[in-house]
Amino acid sequence: MATKASRAAARLMISPAVLLLLGWMIVPLSLTVYFSFLRYNLLMPGDNPFVGWENYQWFVTDTSFTAAMVNTLLLVGGVLLITVLGGILFALLLDQPMWGQGVIRIMVIAPFFVMPTVSGLVWKNMFMNPVNGIFGHIAQGLGMAPIDFFSQVPLLSIIGIVSWQWLPFATLILLTALQSLDQEQLEAAEMDGASWPARFWFIMLPHLARAITVVILIQTIFLLSVFAEILVTTNGGPGTATTNLTYLIYVSSLLQYDVGMGSAGGVIAIILANIVAIFLMRMIGKNLDA
Amino acid sequence: MGRITLNNVGKSFGAVEVIPPLDLTIEDGEFVVFVGPSGCGKSTLLRLIAGLEDVSGGQIRIDGADATGLPPARRGLAMVFQSYALYPHMSVRKNIAFPLRMAGMDKAEQDRRVAEAARVLNLTDYLDRRPGQLSGGQRQRVAIGRAIVREPAAFLFDEPLSNLDAALRVGMRLEISELHERLKTTMVYVTHDQVEAMTMADKIVVLNAGRIEQVGSPLDLYRRPRNVFVAGFIGSPRMNLITGPEAARHGAHTIGIRPEHIRVSDDETCIWKGEVGVSEHLGSDTYFHIHMAGRDEPLTVRAGGDVDLYHGDTICLKPDEAHIHRFDEKGHRIE
Repeated sequence: MATKASRAAARLMISPAVLLLLGWMIVPLSLTVYFSFLRYNLLMPGDNPFVGWENYQWFVTDTSFTAAMVNTLLLVGGVLLITVLGGILFALLLDQPMWGQGVIRIMVIAPFFVMPTVSGLVWKNMFMNPVNGIFGHIAQGLGMAPIDFFSQVPLLSIIGIVSWQWLPFATLILLTALQSLDQEQLEAAEMDGASWPARFWFIMLPHLARAITVVILIQTIFLLSVFAEILVTTNGGPGTATTNLTYLIYVSSLLQYDVGMGSAGGVIAIILANIVAIFLMRMIGKNLDA
Repeated sequence: MGRITLNNVGKSFGAVEVIPPLDLTIEDGEFVVFVGPSGCGKSTLLRLIAGLEDVSGGQIRIDGADATGLPPARRGLAMVFQSYALYPHMSVRKNIAFPLRMAGMDKAEQDRRVAEAARVLNLTDYLDRRPGQLSGGQRQRVAIGRAIVREPAAFLFDEPLSNLDAALRVGMRLEISELHERLKTTMVYVTHDQVEAMTMADKIVVLNAGRIEQVGSPLDLYRRPRNVFVAGFIGSPRMNLITGPEAARHGAHTIGIRPEHIRVSDDETCIWKGEVGVSEHLGSDTYFHIHMAGRDEPLTVRAGGDVDLYHGDTICLKPDEAHIHRFDEKGHRIE
């Protein structure tokens, strides 16, 4: 069917969809880039003069930008560490034959289906609240002072909540990878005198390597844009203790009404996300080839 | 040394008894083949010896010492798997060295043994490749290499040739036999292919539904099958089994005769008469499938390559009376 005529017809018929998608992406992107070069604050009406790189300069030199970058890195890094290590552990446990396997697997996966705002609120009010939260009750029951999570360890609390949400994803991917491991390889290693830790280190972990990279890259994309959990729990505070890049952009454009500054932050975020996306595309492409 | 003794060894999965208690002795240096149709428990029996499955009852002794409860690694046995089970992320060198590394052997000794194994198996040029870059036969040799570096008391092979194509299988069969001649180590080999069993074994163990039907040398089994099952399983093409009046005439419930013990004759003194169905002309031999009145299954007859008979021809057969095997109602051999 790949005649010249049919190919031309195919192109013609696909073109409306392609043009729509292109416009869908290009219009907001170019408007964002355009706004990022204007002095455009809703609190200061009047003309919006072109100011070149000024917005970028102010955004980057702001002290909260440095804090936001550090927080973003800590948040992404912390969640990745917890979910990958926890995911491997959970996958190993769930791979064991046990009673009620199906139900247990569904329970493990459940947090992934809870909306970010909902899980943020549940954690804030039912778990981490020093007065009403379960952790507070436990601490008091043991005769200790309850921890006020969001003022004493705000970033760690956010990391905990986001990890709880993403652990199922990591577990699911790693469990599937683990189940695709040829059992005869493990038996061969057992015959070769490998103890369980040696079998894990030399056989299972190398087998999981690709799945782990996929988990890391996909999660990184989504973790760079964590927002709802911060909004409903700490509002980026205390101070800038839990402000990440996404939240900083929100603060600039919607709390300070500075469209130009917010757009500049957005462009920086797009560039960062694309650097990760390039790695992701390459990695997934390579996995599909092999 | 590698003398393996099974006393009353049995295996059940839940309520299902896969292997009823059985006794078997594998002598040091012997090449023993477990053969049987699929699902007969031969692989399970091998895995019991390897220690990959726990026995449900009985005792396994290796060189006199009780090995029933020992973990696989401490039994001193090496196994070659059907899927080769090579470690895909390690080079051939690392694959072969893996058991030595796990045993904590020093690096120089590891290298020496790997080099030696690679030389024996013609793998020296491939040591730095990954298993994925090797052909099926080469992978098989790497799996064997990984087994021989450990210098085990016995080798266990679990249908090692079933993933290879026919030509390669013949080659590997010879290589494994040669390896056995050179190493003189006990080998236990599981297969469903009775040609492999006949050509390689010192001793064949025929299994059916977990039970040992007969143990003996290949020719022993071929010439004097103890029951109908062994008679039908050993030999290719299969032995012809005949029941009814023809068997009764020989004083048996079932009689068996191999294709090569039926002569095609053109004179009028034929004992059996039939019509030629499919005939397979191999050049050296011709196999005729002959339809006879009162028999559903065709009778297989081997004739010389120069017998020119084709589909639909009437044929006259003369069984060699001295080579008729007789079996009673329970399928046991009548002497």
